[in-house]
Amino acid sequence: MIRLEGIVVELGGVRILDGVGLEAGEAETLALLGPSGSGKSTLLRVAAGLQPPAAGRVLLDGADITRVPAHRRGVGLVFQDAVLFPHRTVGDNVGFGLRVRGDAVADRRRRVSELLELVGLAGAEQRDVGTLSGGEAQRVALARALAPSPRVLLLDEPLASLDGPLRDRLRDDLHDLFAALRLTVVHVTHDVAEAFALGRRVAVLRDGRIAQTATPDELWSRPADTWVARFLGMRNLIEDDAGLRVVRPEAVHVVPGDDAVVLAVDRRGPLTVLTVRLDGAEELEAATTTLTAPRPGDRVSVEIDPDGVVDVAADPYAEREAAHGRADDADDLPLHPR
Amino acid sequence: MPLAFLAVFFAWPLVAILERSLVLDGRLDLPLDVLASSSTLEVAWFTTWQAAVSTVLAVVAGLPLAWAIARFSFPGRRLAEALVLVPFVLPTVVVATAFVALLPDGIERSVWAILLAHVFFNVAVVVRLVGSYWSGLDARAWDAAATLGAGPARRFRSLTLPALAPALAAAASIVFLFCFTSFGVILILGGPRYATLETEIYNQAARAFDLRTAAALALLQLAAVALVVAVAGRLERRLGGSRSARGARAQRPGGRERAWVAVAVGGTLGLLALPPATLVERSLAVPGGHGLDHYRRLAEQTPALLVTPWHAILNSLLFATIAAGIALAVGIPAAVLAVRGAGGALDTLVMLPLGASAAMLGFGFLLAFADPPLDLRGTIWLVPIAQALVATPFVVRSLAPTLRSVDNRLREAAAVLGASPPRVRREVDLPLAARGLAVAAGLAFAIALGEFGATVFVARADWPTLPVAIFRFLGRPGAENVGQAMALCVVLMSLTAAGAIAADRVLGRGGWRS
Repeated sequence: MIRLEGIVVELGGVRILDGVGLEAGEAETLALLGPSGSGKSTLLRVAAGLQPPAAGRVLLDGADITRVPAHRRGVGLVFQDAVLFPHRTVGDNVGFGLRVRGDAVADRRRRVSELLELVGLAGAEQRDVGTLSGGEAQRVALARALAPSPRVLLLDEPLASLDGPLRDRLRDDLHDLFAALRLTVVHVTHDVAEAFALGRRVAVLRDGRIAQTATPDELWSRPADTWVARFLGMRNLIEDDAGLRVVRPEAVHVVPGDDAVVLAVDRRGPLTVLTVRLDGAEELEAATTTLTAPRPGDRVSVEIDPDGVVDVAADPYAEREAAHGRADDADDLPLHPR
Repeated sequence: MPLAFLAVFFAWPLVAILERSLVLDGRLDLPLDVLASSSTLEVAWFTTWQAAVSTVLAVVAGLPLAWAIARFSFPGRRLAEALVLVPFVLPTVVVATAFVALLPDGIERSVWAILLAHVFFNVAVVVRLVGSYWSGLDARAWDAAATLGAGPARRFRSLTLPALAPALAAAASIVFLFCFTSFGVILILGGPRYATLETEIYNQAARAFDLRTAAALALLQLAAVALVVAVAGRLERRLGGSRSARGARAQRPGGRERAWVAVAVGGTLGLLALPPATLVERSLAVPGGHGLDHYRRLAEQTPALLVTPWHAILNSLLFATIAAGIALAVGIPAAVLAVRGAGGALDTLVMLPLGASAAMLGFGFLLAFADPPLDLRGTIWLVPIAQALVATPFVVRSLAPTLRSVDNRLREAAAVLGASPPRVRREVDLPLAARGLAVAAGLAFAIALGEFGATVFVARADWPTLPVAIFRFLGRPGAENVGQAMALCVVLMSLTAAGAIAADRVLGRGGWRS
């Protein structure tokens, strides 16, 4: 179990982390989700002992390790792009932590081959790391981090530099591996789908503060505020006398009628996302599984399932950011282009 | 540790020079009589104009090869780039002796000899700096001008030359600094008639024993060098800042270009090969043919030295090994600190001996370590320490970029896997920087082996080094002495090369090659 309390980090006079607390329980995978620049990686470096915090505590299985240097913490860390030792073979990379610890050669050899098999690279001991593909390098990095049996595994965007099917496959493999090994994992990502797929719970980090920590289902059904809702991809924000509400896209049903117009139709995998504008009112996004969606320009009507309407708090920092002349973070997210 | 070393062996000698030049009988006394004397003005004027003329000649001589290397790819291009660097790393006494061997009697010790030797040394600087900048220039403007009807000469004048200006200025300022502080070449080729500030410090201190005049000249030299370094530094920064994006890929020369490239490469390298080749040939020349007489006599007693030349060779090997060890011991931590960004000030401090001239350093040693508390005159330690001081900036310079290129996350990855900081240095930094370390060690050894300016001040008569022995032989009349000097030069050249190769083999082995 790893627990961070009130972590504050300032770099070059800028406050990167402002009192962050989070916890990954025994055998739990915690996804740490946030846009780039929100401080995710810095938080992970604090956990690994690579970045001393200005304030706050790091607890590993209940013991305060805030002042313990990185090399005595017994945590595993995987970087975004593997960072393998270029002057060593695959086997020596995986066995590095065991050798540093002083394991016997035979034990080391057995454990290395065991781990390479676990990550799907059995027999790759003698390969030169320069010959590995991106996905293979990331698997070796994972094996290297797991070899000394760390008490907690920290992953810093391990899939971000991979693309397409490779990425999805490794994501599924990670999921199974974490479950099988009963590992305590903190998994940093900026990808909502990845966080939901891997995290039993998800902590959303925004500008150095935790905006919300919850299971994926809770997060999706009850986002803490409008910023979280929009960061997760919900664009149906309604503001009226009753307050602020979010309508989840799957609760918006497009039916025959004549009080709205279809602006865009966008097939995303099994779902089709329709953007409609109610006459004289706001735009809404509707997600359907239908194969016979209307086309842009069609006149339609909209019904909203009340179960899909959630009251949310206003963005607690919107005013401050407006005062500073800053755009809303959610606006420049690459995940949800307008 | 590096700081303490520099404080004692660099700052203190400078303070000693200041004290000797500015304080007389316990009172502050500006040495205006020395500085304003007609002989000082004459020396200062000669120092300046010979440096200026040498610089112009070196830039002109270096441009053709810079053009060929920057614009074209041809077989042996990398070899040509490497060969052109050889003169630059040759010891000054070797170059001076080579020109004694090459030039006909009458002009072998003249202004011409000095200028030619300076050009020989510094062509490498021009080719390297201007060449790399040139290859980064955008070739499209050149092509556009061609389609507009501008001929090659016109295009060079109106397009290339202005674009190259920052690189030319940077190269010129560095060459000027080298020629301004040139010591061995002037001392040997200038004879008694020509003296620069640098050699005049030696003449006054070691020959006339007028320490006050020597100190005053050193003060003047210090100010002049500081000025040149400041200007050079500015130009260098401008060069770094205005570096353009990657230019066009170098192409195979075609048609008439092929002939020009051949002339530029062959001509430059041929001319550069001439002095060392003549030196080797003349070292083997004996009355009525060729033989190893000069080499054989290296083991015999000679009136030029208190010991045999063979002893000088052994001394040089011993001193250079110690000096390289000290330079690495000081330079490695300094480079590590510089890379960590901790030592902006330290970085500058380590580089200072580069700006302070070697003769000034040697003279400062003479003043600072002649009395208690640190009287080192009787020991042999002053020589390797002075050599180490000269070599240290090069160690830092060559090591820092290698260390900087090691991805810091590799160190972090090793730390998280349980490697303590010393273990990280041994397991990550050392293997990845082994090549750079070997280069630095070889460089330090080569520089220490060839060091002359500082060594000649502090070497004991019964412990001469190779360059000092060569200088002593050249100072005596007769073909026999010149022949011995040349044989020693060949030995020195061979040892320098052997040292560099050995360092590469021993330290570079097991290092990771990208």
